[in-house]
Parts: sequence; C-alpha cells; structure tokens
Amino acid sequence: MTPELPRGWDRSTEDQADPAVIPDTAEIEVPDELRAEIEEYMSRYPDHRSASIPALHAAQRVHGWCSPLAIRQVAAVMRVTPAYLSSVASFYDQLNEDPVGRNKVYVCTSVACHLVKAKAVFEAIAAAGHDLEDTEIREFECLGACDMAPMASVNGRYIGPLDAGDAPEIVAAIREGRTPLPGRGLEDEDYRLPWGGRA
Amino acid sequence: MSALDQLRLIKNLNDPKLRTIAGYEEGGGYRALRKALTEMQPEQVLAELENSGLRGRGGAGFSMGKKASFLPKGAMDKYLCCNADESEPGTFKDRLLMQKNPHLLIEGIAIAAVAAGANRAFIYIRGEYELQAGILEAAVREAYERGYLGRGILDSDHDVELVVHRGAGAYICGEETALLDSLEGKRGNPRLKPPFPANQGLYQGPTLINNVETLCNVPSIIEHGAEWFKSVGTEKSSGTKLVSVSGNVRRPGNYEIPLGMRAGDIVYGLAGGPPEGRSVKCWFPGGSSAPVLLEEDLDLDYDFETMAEAGSMLGSGAIIVVDDSQEIVGLALRLAEFYRHESCGKCTPCREGTNWTVKMLERIDNGEATPADLDTMADVQTNIMGNCLCVLGDSMAMPIGSMIEKFRHEFERHIEEKRLEHGGLPLAAHGGRADVAVGSPAA
Repeated sequence: MTPELPRGWDRSTEDQADPAVIPDTAEIEVPDELRAEIEEYMSRYPDHRSASIPALHAAQRVHGWCSPLAIRQVAAVMRVTPAYLSSVASFYDQLNEDPVGRNKVYVCTSVACHLVKAKAVFEAIAAAGHDLEDTEIREFECLGACDMAPMASVNGRYIGPLDAGDAPEIVAAIREGRTPLPGRGLEDEDYRLPWGGRA
Repeated sequence: MSALDQLRLIKNLNDPKLRTIAGYEEGGGYRALRKALTEMQPEQVLAELENSGLRGRGGAGFSMGKKASFLPKGAMDKYLCCNADESEPGTFKDRLLMQKNPHLLIEGIAIAAVAAGANRAFIYIRGEYELQAGILEAAVREAYERGYLGRGILDSDHDVELVVHRGAGAYICGEETALLDSLEGKRGNPRLKPPFPANQGLYQGPTLINNVETLCNVPSIIEHGAEWFKSVGTEKSSGTKLVSVSGNVRRPGNYEIPLGMRAGDIVYGLAGGPPEGRSVKCWFPGGSSAPVLLEEDLDLDYDFETMAEAGSMLGSGAIIVVDDSQEIVGLALRLAEFYRHESCGKCTPCREGTNWTVKMLERIDNGEATPADLDTMADVQTNIMGNCLCVLGDSMAMPIGSMIEKFRHEFERHIEEKRLEHGGLPLAAHGGRADVAVGSPAA
C-alpha cells in the first residue's frame, strides 16, 4: 500500500467561513425511508449518537458514498454537526467521503493471505476491473477468513480461495450484476474448503 | 477432525437445526439460562464462572468470572459488550461460532448479563461480517419473541436488552476502550486506563466486555458445572480452545483443542503441516501480534502459560504458519504496513513508530539500508512498547522485534543482496563499517 496523503490536504477550504451548524430538517430534504431508518437506529441506544455508524452506512447505501449532502442529511436527523459525522466517516475504512463506487471489492492482502500470494490476486482483479464503473477495488486488511485464503469480499460476500485466473470471471460477474463464483462463497450451501473441510 | 473425545464448542456445528431457535432449544439450548435464572443466584453464577478458570478467548486471557465480579453491585444501568470485532490477522473462530450457532452466543450473553447485573447488552460486530451480523440480528429477534431477551426475561426480574451493532472497518475497535468509543458513535480511539471499563465504560457506566468465544463457553459451564469444564485443559488454562490455523498449511481451518495440546500436533496433526517439501520457518502462536516462534518450539504445549514462558502469547488462538519459501523481510514489511494503516494516530510512539518501521523496511528493499538500521529498527520497537494508551503499537513491536532477533542473519543477507542489486558497494569495501556503507546511488 502506498502512503496516502491525508484526505483533502490539497483542496482549498473556506477558512473564513463559520463552521457548519446542525442543519434543520425543515431546510434540508431527507428521503423518508432514510430518515425512518436513522431514527430507528437512534431509538436503539441510550445515547442517540451511538447511531452514527449505522446511520452513515444507511446514507451511504442511498447516496453511494458519504457525500456532503448525505452527511448533512444524517446530521439533520441525528441533531449533530456535519463535522462530527465527518470525523467518524473519515476514521472507518468502510465509510467513504469520496465517490469510490457502490460495488465494493475488498481483496485481503493481510498476513495469512500474503503468505499464499494474495498480492497477485489483487493485481489481477485490479487489472481486469480497471474500467469497471461504480466499483471500488482495493486491498483490505484481514477480513477474518484466513481459512479461505487468498480471498476477497465482493459486496459483502466472501469468496475464496482465489487465484489470479479467477479475476476475469469476478469482474465479468460484477459487470453483469451476477453473483461471482457461485458455490465458492462462504454463505453458499455446503461450501467446502479445497481440502474438504468446512469453513 | 478433532483432538477431543467430544467436541464442546463446535459440537454439531454444521447441523442446520442450529440456525433456528426451535432447533437450538431441541438440542438443549437455553436450558442453562433457565437454570441460571431459576436455580441459581447471580453470585453463584459468577462463582461458577470464576471456579471454571475460564480465561478470556479474545487475546488477553484474563479470568472471565473475576472480570465480571469487578462490576459494582446495586441497581443501576450496567452494560455488557460482546467483542465480535475479530480483526486480529489470522483469527476467524468467532466468525464460525456466530454464523453457525448464533443462539449459543445469545444465551451466553444473557447468562453473563444476569450474573453481572447488566441490563443492556451489545454485540459489536465488525462491519465486514455482513453475513454473520444478519444471522445474529435474526436470532436476536427470535430470542426476544421467546422471552429470552427483553424485559423480565423468562418471567424473572432481570431485563436484558440486546442490540447488534455493526462496525465499519477498523482493527483498533477490537481494543476494548476503542470499541466503547466506537459504540458511542465516535472515532475508535482508545481511552486511558484506569478507569477500567468495569467501573467506567460505555456511557460512563460499569461495563463488562467479553469475546464471542468466551461467552459461548458460558452456557455449558452453567449447565455442566465448573468441574466438568476443568476436566479438560491444564490447571491454569482450563477448557477447550478454538484455534484458527492458517498460512502455509495443507488444511487451514478452525479446530477445537484441549488447551495444553502439543503445538506440533495442531500444526502437523490437525492442519497437515506445510506443503510437500517445505518446512516450518516460523509461526505466530496467537495472531499476527504475537512474537514468532521457531520450528523447534512446536514441541511446546499450546496453553497460556507455556506460550508466555516461550516469550510469545496464545493471544486469540490464531496460529499462522510460515514456511521456508517465505522471505522474512517481506513478511515483516507486510505486518508493519498493517499496523501503520490501523494505528489510530492518537499516541506518538505508535503513530510514528509504525510509520518509521515501514520506511526502514522499505529502505532494505531499495538497497539503501545497512545492518546498523536493524539496531535502529529494534530500538524503535523497544521505544513503542508500553508507551501508548493501548497495545496496537506493541502488537507490531513484538513480532517485528522477534523477527529481527531470530532472523538477524537473514535480514543482514537481504540488506547486502539488495544493496548490491542496486549498484551499491559491499559492506567489506567500507572496512565492515556499517555507518559508512550506504553504497546506493540513491543514498
């Protein structure tokens, strides 16, 4: 992984402007379903701020990313500042403040996968899918499926073990909206590891 | 395949019946919760857990019963957090338990909550485990419908509200105080301890935090008793343990073993050992944060004390096997990159130490390093240890430090090869003086 510069360091900001205040739901339109979902999350906890991660996840599902509008909508419903939510969204790998794509392809390249040549799998998928629209293909730290190594998570579905030769099929499936590698997903009925064991 | 006469934690795990509450009840499920509520006082439940010697299965290995007894008594909001963040590289045991037997965890949580007097419980599950979170949420709904969760569970005066909370991708949130901050809706930064969560945790209230596997052991301890639990394992490491074996082995997977089993029997006997023609170069006994051990250490018993005495740790029970085809420098770099990425940045030794360790390892590959860099690198590791709010930095420092110590010759050879490859002069040309031997044109 190459070192990345902190997000936004090279963008101009309005440093004379006042910090954004909590937007009012009267001023900003929030889709009814999103609002209901966020309010349901808030009701689960003694302190409604605990709902920030689920709420941002929900807004990300609607908008595709934690866009400034998405953050303002969540802020309005949760009665917190956009800056507070931005501090949360920028901390977690699965929340994106950039439009990286709705399809999420996380290729695990952590220690156990590294030992069985996960990097080659990542490079093959990244190369095959370089022109995929609306798709984020990235290396990810340990996904907790080292028995399936090398593996990847495609929109939350764990598949593996993979080799570089699987890349075209995975990319084609994403392009056509199919489930990649049926039968080789952790949730698939009677999924087995290559040696016969169950995961 | 098993090393036990009878599996305990993962007994009948692939039985599809376990997916529904009716099937779980049919196999005796929720009997232990009923027993804890109707036949025992909370103090007796705590005593049983403490007597069983059950130690935390998430990494620290602290007595579960003792930790639960630290919570103040009396009526107030108390919390139980199940740590299902399972992000230690190499660990995938909790994933199995949650996916295949969600009600076992819920029953364990309910019993522990009753024992500790906690009225609100949360399962903090890592965001990547979407499948497992969905399964748990469905199971929690079922448990509410049957009265195992909610107000006055099983007609007792105990309330246990349980919420499944999904994280969003951050290794640090497996650290207990970072988990609390994350659950409160903030960035997952660790807190200064003390105060410990037992006194001041979630929403500033008393909080018990336990790993998934720890809680999954609770129902059978209550049902069969502490003596039954202790009948397997060693004196100080009682019971069975799920070990996740991965890396260069023929049969990677989760295995339930009696604690104290010979490590070699796990790596070779259960997991099949390294591929044909390969040998074990080193292995991590407890996730990637554990100092590496060598092939001869496979003769050791796999339990908390023996691993600690050998200078490593049992940790989460994740054994990662590295065979002799692997380069130790590349492995060290991959590890250091992981910890650099996951450092929350709050404490300087960890934030800077992980960053500089990566840079120094990259220098080796760029042919810019000298053997003196190894001492600097080892020194950086020493300066991280114990100097941060949490152990994330230590988790890099321990394995990297152990690699430099145990594979110094390989590091030196790698440094020399890379320097020559990049057009540098051999160390001997400088009279063996590492400090002037920076021969790379880039230097």
